[in-house]
Amino acid sequence: MKKLMLGNQAVARGLYEAGCRFVSSYPGTPSTEITEQAALYDEIYAEWAPNEKVAAESAVGASLAGARSFCAMKHVGFNVAADPIFTASYTGVNAGLVICVADDPGMHSSQNEQDSRHYAVAAKLPMLEPSDSTECRDFVAAAYEISETFDTPAVLRTCTRVAHSQNLVELHERDEKALKAYERNPRKYVAAPANAVLRHIEVEKRMDALRAFAETTPLNRAEMGDTEIGFVTSGTCYLYVKEAFPDASVLKLGLVNPLPVQKIRDFADKVKKLVVVEELDGVIENHLRANGIRVDAGKDIFGLLGELSQNKIRRAMGAALPAFDGYGEAVPGRPPVMCPGCPHRGLYTVLSKLKLTVLGDIGCYTLGSGAPLNAVDSVLCMGASIGMTHGFTKMLGAEAAGRTVAVIGDSTFMHSGITGVVNLAYNKSIATVLVLDNAITGMTGHQQNPTTGLTLQNEPTYPIRIEDICRAAGIQRVRVVDPQDMAATEAALKEELAAEAPSVIIVRRPCALLKYVKHNPPLSIDPDKCRGCRSCMKIGCPAIRFANGKASIDATLCVGCGLCEQMCKFGAFEHKEVR
Amino acid sequence: MNTTSIMIVGVGGQGTLLASKLLGNVLIARGYDVKLSEVHGMSQRGGSVVTYVRYGDKVYSPIVDQGEADYILSFEILESARWISYLKKGGKLLTNTQKTWPMPVITGAAAYPEGIVEKLSAMADVVAVDALALAEQAGSAKAVNVVLIGVLSKQMDIPEEAWLKAIEETVPPKFLELNKKAFQLGRNAR
Repeated sequence: MKKLMLGNQAVARGLYEAGCRFVSSYPGTPSTEITEQAALYDEIYAEWAPNEKVAAESAVGASLAGARSFCAMKHVGFNVAADPIFTASYTGVNAGLVICVADDPGMHSSQNEQDSRHYAVAAKLPMLEPSDSTECRDFVAAAYEISETFDTPAVLRTCTRVAHSQNLVELHERDEKALKAYERNPRKYVAAPANAVLRHIEVEKRMDALRAFAETTPLNRAEMGDTEIGFVTSGTCYLYVKEAFPDASVLKLGLVNPLPVQKIRDFADKVKKLVVVEELDGVIENHLRANGIRVDAGKDIFGLLGELSQNKIRRAMGAALPAFDGYGEAVPGRPPVMCPGCPHRGLYTVLSKLKLTVLGDIGCYTLGSGAPLNAVDSVLCMGASIGMTHGFTKMLGAEAAGRTVAVIGDSTFMHSGITGVVNLAYNKSIATVLVLDNAITGMTGHQQNPTTGLTLQNEPTYPIRIEDICRAAGIQRVRVVDPQDMAATEAALKEELAAEAPSVIIVRRPCALLKYVKHNPPLSIDPDKCRGCRSCMKIGCPAIRFANGKASIDATLCVGCGLCEQMCKFGAFEHKEVR
Repeated sequence: MNTTSIMIVGVGGQGTLLASKLLGNVLIARGYDVKLSEVHGMSQRGGSVVTYVRYGDKVYSPIVDQGEADYILSFEILESARWISYLKKGGKLLTNTQKTWPMPVITGAAAYPEGIVEKLSAMADVVAVDALALAEQAGSAKAVNVVLIGVLSKQMDIPEEAWLKAIEETVPPKFLELNKKAFQLGRNAR
């Protein structure tokens, strides 16, 4: 049976077929659907961890217990999980352990476009890179074989175009794997210096064995064609190369660390011109150059930025491009915006009005940085808002602290905000933190988290209360406001900013896209009462338009939240059915 | 290597994903090799969204590049202008005439261009349909996506029954009649 599958769905299928029993991840675009899909198989225990470090450690533990285990993360999530993963490289595994890292070249949904292949090199781990959904499924099984044969965690690297593209995948049966016996082995699993010194020797022996394996595995294959040009490539770039140069010779690398140097050298000898095609950094190219293999073109023509495509490869190679006409005049951009009825909008309208310095975080509320709210001063990484606000206000003193807030969401707070709050109390900060609790992990598409009281499978569990955590961490001033009431939100903010103590305001209202959130009928604006003052436009709602000197509401978008009405001084908004 | 490329473009939240799913199901049932590609995450929050659909005997790249699309199915007229460079010479633009203002227009930083349909019609083969009006006629503004699938179906060499079967398999039974009506209104538009 064949099924049209998303790359992420095919990774989950691969987990099922390879006998995986344990999956723990933190959501992150473009990796999220793997874990959601894995949870649909009864044979796999799947969960959301509070962050990638805990997820990776849990998977290491499950592997030690003898179960084939897995965790998925986006590229920046690997930064969080790097600590356990680097040393798990030394301890090795009991049952197979596969870690999937999803890169985001082009930054469709990320704060940077770091190239995760460097991690495989640095942590001395085998890394496999599939090109499409079929390979996503197949490479999971291959990764488990490598993991168990070479006693190492194996890394599966995808990217946005692999994770979020679909093609037909043939479904296979599950290869059920019994739990491997756990045998106590402190020399292997206790990474204390005396043991780790010996383990490092094993790691280097393993890399030698993997280098030999790379030369013969069918994961790497030469497709000989016209020998004028030979492309060395992997992942989606392979597909772009085949699209642009269907007749050329291609060496397709499925195992991107360690690289099959001799195989590439043999391939290079057979072609006139060797071209390395890879997105982001020149990882393959640099390795070939270091090994004295002639590279005729690579990063010099493809650059280090963003995604490649068939046309980018054609253009760089000096080949003809398909003809096309552009529109010929500027087309206004359409940046993502907060949804109509978004609970963040009320808060950001207040932050914008008070002209506060806002040190932000990762989530939907990053959208407050766009016009017309323009209310965010910094966004760095998960949890950084709190640490940065601490450093910022320590240096600039009480007066600046009275004008500065950290803004962080509920899931991000659980991910890596808690230690920041502990630091505020411990180091006598006077910073003000706003935790935007919209009762879900929003931007990645509505995943449960420890504050929501539901598991990945939507089963009830103990709901962690953000206010309890803050109080337990030593914050005396903790309060809750509803951002829909902008006057109350403003009053609370002013009080907490004035207080010479660390404070946390939990800004609480569920995401407008949650199924249980009931919406009102669309509002309308009485054109006779509208004075055209544009006050209602300040909230940046996509449902409000302004033309011919009057504001009007797009009834197909409005959810009747009434925030705009709070901005109007002339009573121009009306609650009536528009139909 | 005979690959047909279709792009579905629109505004996050307009239901482009259901349209691409429907189209994918139709093409698979016809026995083609099919690739679909879309971007999830941030761009879906009211931003410009695009789905690539490619089919044929053997498809390599999951994405469509400039000058490669045989059809562009557009849910919003400004998005038609944005993506027109992806249309192949001799390709067809099938577009909704609906306007959804992007934030730079709402804030007054940019103006919504006038006369887009006329300008595009001078450049390419264009079928322009008021899909919102037809969707409302079918019973729900949300059926814009199925109206537009109806418009596309008229252009493609695939029997009507194949489309209807895919609709039956893709939409919830409760909304089946509404969507069948929306499909017919789109198919018979113009």
